[in-house]
Amino acid sequence: MIEIQELYKYYGDQRAVGPLTTSIERGEIIGLLGLNGAGKTTTLRILACDLLPTSGKVAIGGVDVVEQPDQVKSKVGYLPDRPPLYDDLSVNDYLTFAARLRGVPASKTAKLVAEAVELTELGDVSRKIIGALSHGYKQRVGIAQAIVHAPDFVVLDEPISGLDPVQIVEMRELVKNLKGDHTVVLSSHILSEISETCDRILVINSGKIEWSGTESELSIALRQGSRVAITVRVAGQNEESARARAAEIARSVPGVSAVDAATTTENGAGIAAISVRGEGDLRDALCRALVQADVSVLSLGREQELESMFLELLGESGEGAPVRRKKKRRKEGESSTTTPAEGGST
Amino acid sequence: MSTALLIARREFSSYFRSWLGPVLMAAVLLTDGVLFYWKIGLDQKLLSAQVLIEFFYNSSGPLMIAGIILTIRLLAEERQNGTLILLNTSPVKDRDIVVGKFLAAYGVLVLTTLLSLYMPLWIFVHGKVAIGHIVVGYLGLLLLGAAITAIGVFGSALAGSQVVAAIISALMAAVFVLLWLLAKASEPPLNQYLAALAVHHENFRPFMQGILLPSGVVFYVVFTYAFLFASVKVLEARRWQ
Repeated sequence: MIEIQELYKYYGDQRAVGPLTTSIERGEIIGLLGLNGAGKTTTLRILACDLLPTSGKVAIGGVDVVEQPDQVKSKVGYLPDRPPLYDDLSVNDYLTFAARLRGVPASKTAKLVAEAVELTELGDVSRKIIGALSHGYKQRVGIAQAIVHAPDFVVLDEPISGLDPVQIVEMRELVKNLKGDHTVVLSSHILSEISETCDRILVINSGKIEWSGTESELSIALRQGSRVAITVRVAGQNEESARARAAEIARSVPGVSAVDAATTTENGAGIAAISVRGEGDLRDALCRALVQADVSVLSLGREQELESMFLELLGESGEGAPVRRKKKRRKEGESSTTTPAEGGST
Repeated sequence: MSTALLIARREFSSYFRSWLGPVLMAAVLLTDGVLFYWKIGLDQKLLSAQVLIEFFYNSSGPLMIAGIILTIRLLAEERQNGTLILLNTSPVKDRDIVVGKFLAAYGVLVLTTLLSLYMPLWIFVHGKVAIGHIVVGYLGLLLLGAAITAIGVFGSALAGSQVVAAIISALMAAVFVLLWLLAKASEPPLNQYLAALAVHHENFRPFMQGILLPSGVVFYVVFTYAFLFASVKVLEARRWQ
């Protein structure tokens, strides 16, 4: 369905994407996972024919995006990170306009608009002005415009971004409903957002696909080299000494290769956080060692944030990763990532 | 072309879903009306033909300002709001986007201009003017409006924001209007070229006086086409950036 060969995109002298080679089968839902600036949006914009590649070949359904862009565009539906909505139009009028732009004949427009409205559950607001809709509804209208012309291929750039938990669940269902009729590529910088929705995940870093596989393959990869976030309390000590004590105990556990300082959202005397890296699943051994040494464990879990995954999957490829991680944490301050993994807390 | 009309229809109607269209039309017509009444009311010794010439001259100013204001938003706003991506990722030629946007703004300008027709008709009924003078004068206004609208479309295509679009378009329009001043200060043969390129003075005056010169029509058509063509090239170039 989609073939990408040696794709490069430069903005001036700066390489945004490349070399990027992959193929996507018809009917698949693909998750493109990467940090901000990794090249996700640029890749998706090229797939949607919004940008032209600097070099390389991108073919959708056998049609080249550079040589026959109009033919490709009629097969592709695209939701950018900010839905391209005209706030002064009603949902129905906007979808009608989008369908007609994509070359849908006037006789078929009403039927296709009605189908898109039904699939995205916009029936209640279809006559309302888009400017008056909530963020969640606007995101749905964005998806509706991407599918209104019944494209073979749908590109969704961070469709879950900015939605509340209820809307996230609804959006996942919506994306799953696209499966079968459409081949879907969606992007995110949060693993959990796409792991439940996608058949396959492509991890993109510095414009290259660094890792590709299914969710279960990803889990295995994570288990092989995981990072565990631990928050501890050591009575009668300050944060620094509590961290040093916890790190010392953690280092004594067999299989631990590195211990880093981490930040925690919890406040209180003697509370500190560390991040432990090692081979295999170290959670039970770490927990036992800490408790036996009279260190209270407030939380302990495998880090499953993308940031951690990059360190584990890609960390060996460059020394920049840990540096970036620390920088990011400093920036995020108290709200940083020591989130325990689902089911991993003890 | 049908896609260009689709874009034009949406854009044209959006002028009237906001305050911009009605308020701008009212402002232009009010200004035209006040200037017209001022001439007729205060200087009744003027010949009918002279009043008509004054009317076309006075109308051209608000028309050019309205042309710039109408076009500021066309592409710059779409880019600012992220909606240009809808057009870029649809099987729509850049040419259709530019022509559609141009037609929408120009449509509002034409409508406004035609709504001022009651003033020349008033002169026609109460005075002595040739119908041909009115027709040629309006043709001049519409051609001038097309040229200014094309400049505005080009400015809007270049700019990333509406403020920048307004500045670029206003500056370009001012330069092309004021070329006659530069021509005056220049030596031959440069002054002839500069005067020939002036969008208002040399090229518009014959229309005001009811004289239809084919060279004037050709100038405005070529001028409009050149700026629309440049706008298409700007859109194309942005995809390669």
